Amino acid sequence: MTTTRPPVFEQLDAPRAAGGLRGVFGRRRADRRSDGGDRGVVSAAERKKPSVKLGLSGVHLVLFVGLVVAGLGPLLWLAKAAVTPTQDTLRQPLALWPNGIDWANLPQAWNDVHIDQFFWNTIVIAAGSWAFQLVVATTAGYALSVLRPRYAPILNGAILATMFIPAVVLLVPLYLTIVNPPLPGDVSLLNNYLAVWLPAAANAFNILLVKRFFDALPREVFEAARTDGAGPFRLFWSIVLPMSKPILGVVSVFAIIAAWKDFLWPMLVLPDPAVQPLSVRLPAVQQSIELDVFLAALAISTLIPVALFLLFQGVFLRSAGLGGAVKG
Amino acid sequence: MTLTAKPPAMPSADEPGPPAASARPKRTRNPRTWVRGGGLSTLVFLAPMLVVFGFFSWSPIVQSVIMSLQKTNLLDPPTWVGLDNFANVLSDPLLGTAVVNTLYFAGLALVLGFPLPIIMAVLMSEVRRGKGFYSALAYLPVVIPPVVAVLLWKVFFDASPTGLFNTILGWVGIPPQPWLQSPATAMPSLVLEATWAAAGGSIIIYLAALLSVPPELYDAAEVDGASIWRKIWHVTLPQLRGILFIMLILQIIGTAQVFLEPYLFTGGGPNNATVTILLLIYRYAFQNSLGGDYGEATALSVMLAVVLALLSWLYFKLTERWSS
Repeated sequence: MTTTRPPVFEQLDAPRAAGGLRGVFGRRRADRRSDGGDRGVVSAAERKKPSVKLGLSGVHLVLFVGLVVAGLGPLLWLAKAAVTPTQDTLRQPLALWPNGIDWANLPQAWNDVHIDQFFWNTIVIAAGSWAFQLVVATTAGYALSVLRPRYAPILNGAILATMFIPAVVLLVPLYLTIVNPPLPGDVSLLNNYLAVWLPAAANAFNILLVKRFFDALPREVFEAARTDGAGPFRLFWSIVLPMSKPILGVVSVFAIIAAWKDFLWPMLVLPDPAVQPLSVRLPAVQQSIELDVFLAALAISTLIPVALFLLFQGVFLRSAGLGGAVKG
Repeated sequence: MTLTAKPPAMPSADEPGPPAASARPKRTRNPRTWVRGGGLSTLVFLAPMLVVFGFFSWSPIVQSVIMSLQKTNLLDPPTWVGLDNFANVLSDPLLGTAVVNTLYFAGLALVLGFPLPIIMAVLMSEVRRGKGFYSALAYLPVVIPPVVAVLLWKVFFDASPTGLFNTILGWVGIPPQPWLQSPATAMPSLVLEATWAAAGGSIIIYLAALLSVPPELYDAAEVDGASIWRKIWHVTLPQLRGILFIMLILQIIGTAQVFLEPYLFTGGGPNNATVTILLLIYRYAFQNSLGGDYGEATALSVMLAVVLALLSWLYFKLTERWSS
């Protein structure tokens, strides 16, 4: 009997992953094939019974209506409200068609509320967090998995230990580190993007993911490269990294999403409105602008994450399955 | 070039054994051989991690324990005060409220938010066509940035009779609700939004887990004449128990640290009905008219962290057992 193993771990298996994209597509094909012969709770015989047929149609209907209302509904409402005058939204929030369309909301939000500026700030924060997380996770994962110094177990333990410490403990001491960093002179990292990028890179989960992946890569390839005279840097850059595209994709999705979502930390270390991301600015501007313009600003802020999701659905959903099983 | 200089006396490569430790040649402790053996380049690769973790993870963890025993504000040098911070926090009348509110939030989120994704995932996995479409729909709320979601729901929660949710309630003849404006309904409203925002992620995880249930078990159950419901109860759910327990612990750890919803929806009001532990920590440190009381804030964080670290440890032990 197969043991109950969080199935998401299997997505990290190296032989499949080493094939890069081919591995991903190969897996998908295998899944589709198994769908034919495979089965769920309801057997093929049961599916033919009229009562079961009716029940399954009912399930279909409930799922469709429920998921469209809960998943798509708020987004569609937001899209409509973004171009609807305030009074319409307040009086008849569920009217299918507004009495007047106010396209001016969108440029007003973009230019007058400076959503353009905050949008750019968000992108810079996400890009920086992504780059730092990728560098730290891959170099550390490589050193601990492939180079394996004698003290590697100690470092592994020290990294793993941070996963048991909830983020809340770090909040105040980390803030004071940013206000008064251990650097020569009287400097402060407040309002500097490094204050967001560097703590984001101290992510034990990333290192764990990458290290697990590197652990499963075939050792013979490394030995062959070494015999051919490749040093540790060459091995890292030309052998290990090109074999690791799948896991780099997963870490990238996590990094960008987390940066886009973060609220409390950027609010604390970026007190200057000129450098704040959307997540911090949106609650702050709410009081000072009209509801319709505000809703237009919300709609613009949702655009990029939703577009990214629709483009890279597969990566998102696979990473989501993975994240739940390992993150702490 | 780390392992190529193997002395001939070493065991041959095909002999199984711990790869790193025992297969390593005995080295003389000398800086030159250390560098030539790859010690320096290993350190170069470790450097980014060591710097980032040193300054932004390991040192703040140690500092938080020290700071909880000190009186710290940014103006005067810190002074040792022993357990005073803990005593002050424990005697704060608001702490009891915050603990009860946090437990209330976690409990409601469990009742409402734990079974829902399981039911949805089981139903979705039985659908033959459109599974991908349904997964994408279910995951959409997770993609919306949390701040946007909260601010949008704040509009939905409009307490006037023409508010969005009150309009829907009006269709079925239920009188308008005060939602965020009354101490009785504020917390359930927060849980409603939090459940909506998080359910999609759990559904995707359960869908993946359902694929791992061996189909032979269903065949065997049918031979014994099991109905669909009995198969779900006696085969599906027991097979998922590992992932169910993991998700339970993760949810408790997450909801115990709830901050965004109470901070943005209600600011802890009305009448302190939504003050949570994290909101209290935030207030001690950053919303204090007398300057930040960092000692009390860290004292409360350390107490919360000890409880949560035990849960994380349990979670880790379980994933380790189930993934090996």
